Amino acid sequence: MSALRDRLLARWETLLVVLLIAFLVLGTSLSPYFLSASNFSDMTSNLMEKAIMALPLALIIIAGEIDLSVESMAGLSSALLGFVFLLRWPLWIDIPLVLAVGALGGLFNGLLVTRAGLPSLVVTLGTLALYRGLASVVLGPQSVSGWPDSFTNFGFGDVPGTLIPWPFVVFAVLAVAFIFVLHTTWIGRQIFAIGKNKEAARFSGIQVAKVKTLLFVLSGTLSALAGVVLTARLSSARADNGQGFVLDVVTATLLGGVNIFGGEGTIAGVVLAVFVIGVLRNGLTLADVSPDTQSVVVGALLILSVAGPTAVRRIRSAWSSRSFVQSASHR
Amino acid sequence: MTQSTPILELVGVSKRFGAVEALKDVSLALSAGEVHALVGENGAGKSTLVRILAGVHRPDSGSLKLDGQELVLRGPASARDHGIAVIHQHPNLFPDLEVAENVFIRQLPRGSLGGVDWRELHSRAEKLFASLGVAQKVNVPVRGLSVADQQLVEIAKALSVEARVLVMDEPTAALSTHEVERLFAITRQLRDRGVAVLFVDHRMDEVFEIADRVSVLRDGSHVITAAVSDLTPEDTIRHMVGRRVESLYPKEEAPVGEIALEVRGLTRKGVFSDVSFEVRRGEIVGLAGLVGAGRSEIARVLFGIDRADGGEVSVLGKRAIIDSPTDAMRLGIVYVPEDRHEHGLVLDFSIAANISLPIVRRLSRLLVMDRGRERDLATDYSKQLQVRSTSVRQSVSGLSGGNQQKVVIAKWLATKPTVLLLDEPTHGVDIGAKAEVHRIISQLALQGMAIVLISSELPELMGMADRVLVLHEGRIAAGFGRDELSQERIMAAATGHAEK
Repeated sequence: MSALRDRLLARWETLLVVLLIAFLVLGTSLSPYFLSASNFSDMTSNLMEKAIMALPLALIIIAGEIDLSVESMAGLSSALLGFVFLLRWPLWIDIPLVLAVGALGGLFNGLLVTRAGLPSLVVTLGTLALYRGLASVVLGPQSVSGWPDSFTNFGFGDVPGTLIPWPFVVFAVLAVAFIFVLHTTWIGRQIFAIGKNKEAARFSGIQVAKVKTLLFVLSGTLSALAGVVLTARLSSARADNGQGFVLDVVTATLLGGVNIFGGEGTIAGVVLAVFVIGVLRNGLTLADVSPDTQSVVVGALLILSVAGPTAVRRIRSAWSSRSFVQSASHR
Repeated sequence: MTQSTPILELVGVSKRFGAVEALKDVSLALSAGEVHALVGENGAGKSTLVRILAGVHRPDSGSLKLDGQELVLRGPASARDHGIAVIHQHPNLFPDLEVAENVFIRQLPRGSLGGVDWRELHSRAEKLFASLGVAQKVNVPVRGLSVADQQLVEIAKALSVEARVLVMDEPTAALSTHEVERLFAITRQLRDRGVAVLFVDHRMDEVFEIADRVSVLRDGSHVITAAVSDLTPEDTIRHMVGRRVESLYPKEEAPVGEIALEVRGLTRKGVFSDVSFEVRRGEIVGLAGLVGAGRSEIARVLFGIDRADGGEVSVLGKRAIIDSPTDAMRLGIVYVPEDRHEHGLVLDFSIAANISLPIVRRLSRLLVMDRGRERDLATDYSKQLQVRSTSVRQSVSGLSGGNQQKVVIAKWLATKPTVLLLDEPTHGVDIGAKAEVHRIISQLALQGMAIVLISSELPELMGMADRVLVLHEGRIAAGFGRDELSQERIMAAATGHAEK
């Protein structure tokens, strides 16, 4: 919209590319195994569930809300998939069923936010616990294995003749669809308007509650899909699948330049940021840094990704107001 | 009327907000024992000047002088410490504290154990109100007092710290005639005690009743200061608007057509009740009333923001159910809200994106927005309404109030509405743009639109409306045709003194 913001965002994405290259260099120096096609293929495939969840989250944050329940929805989806698989229902029924439950979970979040008027931070923190708890109720502590090859190949294998993992294909298709919707359609325009000024959007005839509810439904559905992909990749359905993912998902979205206060962000930035975090974690893992210790770095990145743009904005406005005062006093 | 040495002076004060020059090199002197009226249209800079005296804003250049000494105010507390008390349009009190506590909030008398000495507090407060000649219970909470009584509490509070300068910002805006008289009696009494009173207002009759001298602001500049005996109300208005008054209201006679909007017995509990009226194509119907009388609330219900509890609405003869702004838009009812920044515009969006916002769906094919069509449409309407900007891609946040308002109107025109609800359309708009907005309204009526004009400015209603309905406490108290209109009649009805 505004030239200033476009410039800032363009620069933000440039910054992400620089960061990505820096982490690639860092990874290469940390481990001799880092710079190989098979490592990149593994790394990508490990990232895809988080990447799929980050796409709808970006839209939700741009619309001025948040969804912290994504990882638990993925866990619930994995547990439910295992449960119905044990009942010997065929997968072509199981998977749509699990996605439908994901949509329902999202609808529940959405209605609590838009109809009951509760803050999404609280609602989805609640369902973060609630959906994870439900997953345990559904499947208990067991893990379900014995999946058909076609299913595990989808999670684990590559497109024949390449090193491109199948989940990446799913993500790539989704990412293109999200870029299309957010940046070219009227729906995307409405999402930005809602995030910038919810009241003005409502006073312009935009059905704010409906749009937000649908975004939560989308988030629930795609989180459930991420749960399915995760189950296939691990060849194991467990209630605790995806535990702890929310940190990376939220970090990727905000590091990608989505404004935590709503109204600004690009899908391209989010995609870049997903890989920045993936490369960082992969490099640290190869250097034998434990996942728990990695969280120190990711947590710091999350804070920086919010503090950075805020600081840039503040400096910019300080500059512009100073030059303003100067020009005013020279009159 | 003493023209003694001034207590408080503004010397060459300028203040800017973004692109708007709110005050330009304004000098003004307030003397002891004088009521000094400050008049000007909305957006002339009165409120900015008041906020500078209150220590809320600091001048960009120029200075304040107190008893001839340079004075720098570092916030509202600092203004009070220097004996400058400001009574804002909306009283600023603690609703749950007692009247006496509010009055002495900054120096509550202490008892032997360090607690509040209630007896002393109440007797001091009573003494203070008695000195104003007002019987006011001092041990009741402020919540529940009328606006007029709350103002008196503010005045008492100012006197409790021996204010030498008392600034009143449009104190009569929400008062009945009787309450205004009481306020004036107290104001005169303060003047006679040697307080310098700055009385900000825009009602000529009041100014000429209470003031010793008048200063006029226009577009942020000081135009004239003169004794009331040297000016007529007509002169003063001419100084305020800087042109012949007629041209501010370029109302043309529009042919009146079928009934576009019909409202029968519309009620929203606790807000307004049994409101009935109709608006024909080509007609401009004004809604007058005090703040809180229910004017905006009626518009909000008609636009589907709030729900009605009873009554019927018909558009072009068909019964209409309006549950949301989307419904209202579909029926051709649109609303230009009072608060442009909060409700009217997405400030970070471009002019084009704001204008297209209600119709983004219609501007799309297979979901994809046609940006070329969006730009052309926005350019057309911007030209038609003379929005001054570098291009339609410019962000609306950098536009002046008048141009922002034109963008809001353009956004609704693009939906081709039948009924246009305008809520204070020239609020905070400078004089030049005001006349343009009025011209636009008049043209829209000529094109056959049915227009409801909500305004707190009586001259605007009298200049633009074909008929004026006056609301009092949520009910229509009176209706006047164009030739029956007078400020006195409207005010009488708005304050509950309608002639039967």
